[in-house]
Amino acid sequence: MDISQFFTATDLFGIVPEIILTVTALSVLTLEMAHIFQPRIILIVAALGLLLAGSVVIQTSGDGQILFGGMLAINQYSTFFDFLYIFIGLMTLIFSQGYLEKRGISSRGEYPALILFAVIGMMLMTRANDLVIVFLGLELLSLSLYVLVGFLRHDQFSNESGLKYLLLGAFSTGFFLFGAALTYGATGTTNYNEIVLAIANDTILSNLYLSLGIGLLLIGFAFKVALAPFHMWSPDVYQGAPTTVTGFLCTAPKAAGFGALLILFNNVFLEIHYQWQDIFWILAVLTMTVGNLSALVQHNVKRMLAFSSVSHAGFLVMGILVLNETSISAVLFYLFVYSVVNLGTFAIVSVAEKEEKGLEFKDYRGMAVQHPWLSAAMTIFMLSLAGFPPTAGFIAKYGLLSSAVAQGYIWLAVIGVLNTLISVYYYLRLVVNMYMQKEEGALIPSYNMVAIGLIGLMALLMIVLGIIPGYLLEITANAAATVS
Amino acid sequence: MEDIIINNLDYPILTASTFFPLAGALIMLFLKRGPFIKWFALATTVATFIVSLPIYKHFDKTTYKMQFVEIHSWIPAWNINYKVGVDGISVLFIILVALLSILCVSVSWKAIQTKTKEFYISLLILETAMIGIFVSLNVFLFYLFWELTLLPMFLLIGVWGGSQRIYAAVKFVLFMLAGSVLMLVGIIVLYYAGGKTFDIIELAKVNYPIGLQLWLFLAFFAAFAVKMPMFPIHTWLPDAHTEAPTAGSVILAGILLKMGAYGFLRFSFPMFPHAVKVFFIPLLVLSVTAIIYGAYVTLMQKDMKRLIAYSSVSHMGFVTLGLFTLNQNGIEGGILQMINHGVITGALFLCVGMIYERTHSRMIEDYGGLSKTVPVYIVFFSIFTLAAIGLPGMNAFIGEFLIISGAFKANMIIAAFSILGVVLGVCYMVWLYYRVALNEINPITQSSLVDLDSREIATLAPLVVLVLLIGLQPNILLSYMHVSVEHLLEQLNKSTQLESINGYNTVNSIAEYIKGLFKWV
Repeated sequence: MDISQFFTATDLFGIVPEIILTVTALSVLTLEMAHIFQPRIILIVAALGLLLAGSVVIQTSGDGQILFGGMLAINQYSTFFDFLYIFIGLMTLIFSQGYLEKRGISSRGEYPALILFAVIGMMLMTRANDLVIVFLGLELLSLSLYVLVGFLRHDQFSNESGLKYLLLGAFSTGFFLFGAALTYGATGTTNYNEIVLAIANDTILSNLYLSLGIGLLLIGFAFKVALAPFHMWSPDVYQGAPTTVTGFLCTAPKAAGFGALLILFNNVFLEIHYQWQDIFWILAVLTMTVGNLSALVQHNVKRMLAFSSVSHAGFLVMGILVLNETSISAVLFYLFVYSVVNLGTFAIVSVAEKEEKGLEFKDYRGMAVQHPWLSAAMTIFMLSLAGFPPTAGFIAKYGLLSSAVAQGYIWLAVIGVLNTLISVYYYLRLVVNMYMQKEEGALIPSYNMVAIGLIGLMALLMIVLGIIPGYLLEITANAAATVS
Repeated sequence: MEDIIINNLDYPILTASTFFPLAGALIMLFLKRGPFIKWFALATTVATFIVSLPIYKHFDKTTYKMQFVEIHSWIPAWNINYKVGVDGISVLFIILVALLSILCVSVSWKAIQTKTKEFYISLLILETAMIGIFVSLNVFLFYLFWELTLLPMFLLIGVWGGSQRIYAAVKFVLFMLAGSVLMLVGIIVLYYAGGKTFDIIELAKVNYPIGLQLWLFLAFFAAFAVKMPMFPIHTWLPDAHTEAPTAGSVILAGILLKMGAYGFLRFSFPMFPHAVKVFFIPLLVLSVTAIIYGAYVTLMQKDMKRLIAYSSVSHMGFVTLGLFTLNQNGIEGGILQMINHGVITGALFLCVGMIYERTHSRMIEDYGGLSKTVPVYIVFFSIFTLAAIGLPGMNAFIGEFLIISGAFKANMIIAAFSILGVVLGVCYMVWLYYRVALNEINPITQSSLVDLDSREIATLAPLVVLVLLIGLQPNILLSYMHVSVEHLLEQLNKSTQLESINGYNTVNSIAEYIKGLFKWV
């Protein structure tokens, strides 16, 4: 049998990062079974695998390769996302180590392996050049996340959220798959380039099928990135999941979802994007407003962050609505900043969290006295989420607003900034509790020098990027230029 | 390049004065807690003051052009430069910030006992932000500094404030942000309308379509009016002033309120001249309302700090009245009055803070006969009370005189009403003075009263000097602004061919309609 009819060496070379990650994940599972190493060593092996994959991504960051007969497209855009996923995965692994021990689950081999699989899934989603590959990536990501969310087996909230996520996630996958099938029915192909051709040559079987298909695909994505009104799962799941997994859940799948959605509308459905602008406008406004108003009344920090992430997703939809090079670049910048901030915030929550404690706003009272540095970092993250200058959050928000105004969406920008105003109230609530309230049995964070150091670095990064964003802006602009 | 004069000193003087306090704050971050922190903060503020002094020595009063300008590329992707410079309008505020910051450190010497390190770090960051606002020649940079003032002030009020501090702090931030986020949208629109630049000087040269001018004026007005604060949106001010620690009140009254007025001068007047003229009468009416309403509310206050806070509403009404007269006298008087108000109200807050430190009461009814118990204190208090009233020979007289004479040129009825504000001003200040300084000795607070020590005298003395100096020789300050204000008026009146501008007719009818609403003035 001649293998070369299926793929060539170039194809294989292109997916070396995925191969490395798969091998690492499998060996992590094997090491776990062999019971010869401590859990800590297993985590380090997984982290090394991620680092190796990251360095390979740098080496192979080619320009505009199409691999596997049109299945995968690798360019600077997908490379940017690859980095983001690997970064998020790495941070999650490092923060998880102490947290899992604290929650009475020694870090088992499945945990890092599942995170690695999720990373592979996400890489496939943004590298995909075919709806089938997106689906494959989405499923790999989701299946890993279902298990991760319910990883605290003895915790009933964790179990509940795992089940909830599985049921609703499976439902949304159904929508996605149905949408892909209808698109196939309308255009006769699942390949991106061929869909573009079919739309351009008007060889579409039925416009209704195509519209339905796109709509259902959009719903599938909306579930994954938690856009209102498909966001209902997120607060419960975020609350029940192990905190480090929540950090992963609120950053990585959102990045992957928006990455794939951008590609879908920018590369595939660009010609009919204008028909969907009203929908995106409504989605953006609804998502940010619903997310913000719900976040206002939360008492639990994780639930507040869940709703805040919903409202941030609303902001990101603005980028898809505008859909030009500036807005894509702004979305990439926003996703990076948002991911770092949320990872940092959840890391602090996971460090501070105790059994039954550390999750309510009032538990943070007086934290600034005992832990000035940790509180300062938390304040920087909150300001960044709220979009205060001179943090990176402001630059990110400014980029999106600016791209929206440039296209004439001034009222959308006004609604956006008014939402920012609302959000300041609940973000500052945490600052108020940390700095201004009297202490009531202050939290005693479990110190882990590596984790604390990383949190500090992330906070510093947010300030530095807020003052000199030029370098990252250049990277995102280049990445955006390769897809438009 | 003919609009600016590049800094020809051998060091970047504006950057140095702006970031000196921030550098101090960063170093302080790594210092050990202890008494040394205070000295370090004092040294930083004094050094900033000294660093900023050469600006006045080398300032060229004969030109309206921006001076000491520094330009560096900052975010090339968005065409944003780091550009700073001063003209006759902004130059005086730098010294005011630098001076008040020293006094704030000094007055907090004993008053702040907890978390001193964080307190002084916040104060120093605030100083950088405030100087930054007045030297920015780039809208993006300006906005950055504008927002940077919020968090330190939020912490100053919320952590070291009085009993209702959290409410006041959150209210302060939300009010401020409500204005400034609208300004942010305005800034972005301005960026595209002005040819994708953030340069304030370039933006001021563009003739914007008049409909756009109205919207942009309103967007910027939201931010500036909240900050000032103008009449219907002033409610954050009494809470914030009352709950803030003394240093916070001084900064708020002395500088933060001026940022709004400065914004009008730097953005609204040169960039949206037609919009300013459309809203000319409503703005004057709002100013006078603030003057009279503020004064009446001040009369009823029982809390000294609250009283002075409300008097700020009235005094800032005078400032806006001066600015919106749109003539040389009025605008110069407005700018001068901003400085005066910073000096006088700052001093009054310092006085109240000093007495509060001793008795822990701000209620007027707890005091009486202070002239017998603490005579030195009352000497200072009398001087500042007289200054606030506008006694000839003191600084506020000059400012108010210029403003009212400008107002008479602009609109007789408005000017006549504004006189009422002066009269009411005398009432509430003299009545306060009577109840606190004269009257019977009040036994409630008598025991805890000790007269001022040398540190406190040193804190108040520079302000007394300023009060008298400006009052007797106002040209020291006015000479800085003459040329710049003339240029500002030129910009205001620049395009006479109104009809040629797009959409003029609609706007003209709006303007007529607004004038109709205010027919009675």
